[in-house]
Amino acid sequence: MGTIATPLMNSAVRRPMAGTLAIYLKEAKYEFLKLLRIPMYTASVLLFPLMFYILFGLAFGKQQIDGVRQSAYLLATYGTFGVMGASLFGTGAAMAAERGLGWIQVKRASPMPPFAYFTAKIAVSIGFSAIVVLLLTLLGFLFGGVHMSPLAVIKLIGTLVAGCIPFCALGLVIGYFAGPNSAPATINLIYLPMSFCSGLWIPYLFLPKFVQQIAQAMPSYHLSQLALGVVGAGRHESSLWHWGVMLAFTLLCLAAARIGFRRDEGKLYG
Amino acid sequence: MLATLEENQTARMSQVRPVVACLDCVTKSYGTVTALREVNFRLEGGELVAVLGPNGAGKTTMIRILLGLAHATSGRARLFGSDPENRAARKRVGAMLQVGKVPETLLVREHIDLFSSYYPHPLPMAETMAIAGVTDIANKKFGDLSGGQRQRVLFALAICGDPDLLFLDEPTVGLDVEARRMLWAEIRKMISRGKTVLLTTHYLEEADALADRVVVINRGSVIAEGAPAEIKRQTAGRRIRCVTSLDLATVRRFAGVVDVRQDRAALEIRATEAEPVIRELLARDERLSGLEVSSAGLEDAFLALTRGDDNVNNHSEVA
Repeated sequence: MGTIATPLMNSAVRRPMAGTLAIYLKEAKYEFLKLLRIPMYTASVLLFPLMFYILFGLAFGKQQIDGVRQSAYLLATYGTFGVMGASLFGTGAAMAAERGLGWIQVKRASPMPPFAYFTAKIAVSIGFSAIVVLLLTLLGFLFGGVHMSPLAVIKLIGTLVAGCIPFCALGLVIGYFAGPNSAPATINLIYLPMSFCSGLWIPYLFLPKFVQQIAQAMPSYHLSQLALGVVGAGRHESSLWHWGVMLAFTLLCLAAARIGFRRDEGKLYG
Repeated sequence: MLATLEENQTARMSQVRPVVACLDCVTKSYGTVTALREVNFRLEGGELVAVLGPNGAGKTTMIRILLGLAHATSGRARLFGSDPENRAARKRVGAMLQVGKVPETLLVREHIDLFSSYYPHPLPMAETMAIAGVTDIANKKFGDLSGGQRQRVLFALAICGDPDLLFLDEPTVGLDVEARRMLWAEIRKMISRGKTVLLTTHYLEEADALADRVVVINRGSVIAEGAPAEIKRQTAGRRIRCVTSLDLATVRRFAGVVDVRQDRAALEIRATEAEPVIRELLARDERLSGLEVSSAGLEDAFLALTRGDDNVNNHSEVA
């Protein structure tokens, strides 16, 4: 046994916490810039919910649904729709592309803290979710005649943005199991039917009975009910129940993502 | 961090250098495919080693295991004396891997800025960019770059942390001659600054021009190892070309002949020594013409070494 000490050793000095935090922030910053510069992403994530809201929420805003103005009702449901899109595309599509094309390998080989990668994806999904919800709220207030107390506004935005977590978790699963090119299509195949079944486009009470039953299993239904509760509509079920289902869904997805993460090792060879 | 060294066999070298990375009897299987077969490999500080082999030989798998991107099915990999997944070890390593696509909407300088932040003592940004030759494209989006420029950016990401050990997986693929020479010069500079480099290549010229030591692998096994000159010595030393009426089978039986190939009208013979073979050829065929003798390049050595592609057992004969 020989012991080797080289002058190169001092480069392995432990990085202070501040340095690690700086990496996390920088990773998130560039992740944000990266997505912001992809027109496909910003169009599907920002423009679609805003466009739908203008067409259905504002144009017919004066009608009443479920005891509230349609513009307020749809603010809650399109808010949910926007959060879903931002999270699924921001986490799932980006990851599937980077995993399939080898970029994730370059990152993994570097001394990047492994969690910085996932944290950045989730942070950016939260950031885009917040932007969508803010813009929708702004539209609702300015052009839709929505009235809410400042506290209710904060509660609505907070609920919707926190609700992006189950969709980020689902995004991780898609990121690990979908191919780089098929991921966006896969996301649309999940996200659009899920939105419909959860009553994000057509209010829940107008949905056929069997679709209403399917909705119970969707995190998007539970999030939209929480948001609707804030604007004074919805089915007024227990919030704890809604959060509980979303938490269970998140844990289920994380378990599946973990399988993908482990399976990922040993994929390429040459 | 301390690196330990079992069975210090390397002590035969005039000066003992630390082992910075090693594989101990590593086998890697992907389902029924065996990518590496009981590979032993040692990389010493300050060395420039080239791993040479055809596509699918196991070069990339070797690097992936040394980087902790893949786990050995059996055997053990060490990086600076610890597990390759250890982050302290990774902070001393830079890697240029073959990658399908890099996020295209980030600027070159943004990519470098991000990767520099992973390391405790990165090079100044301007220096990284100068070394990799990307200063003039710093403000371009990655997606707008040419193939050669992309390779240079990947090289920049590998060196930006001023690593002690650099892994380069086929670094010059897609580069033109000038860019390739430039990269070679930079790799040599890394060595002169005391760094260690492991590169894989199937450009034999590259291994010959750069490496202190060449490891030839094929079908997952190391089939030869040594200085480029040694590798050449281990196999056919000379190449003889002539037009003759003698057939392949006859010539193949001559003493000292390693390989014979028909090349249009001529025969191409590789032999350990040229003279006895030529004497025999001339004695048997008076009308022999177009005789040429040259020394075999690394390319011939390589071909001779990997010739037994169809039969793995052949390797023991040549290695």
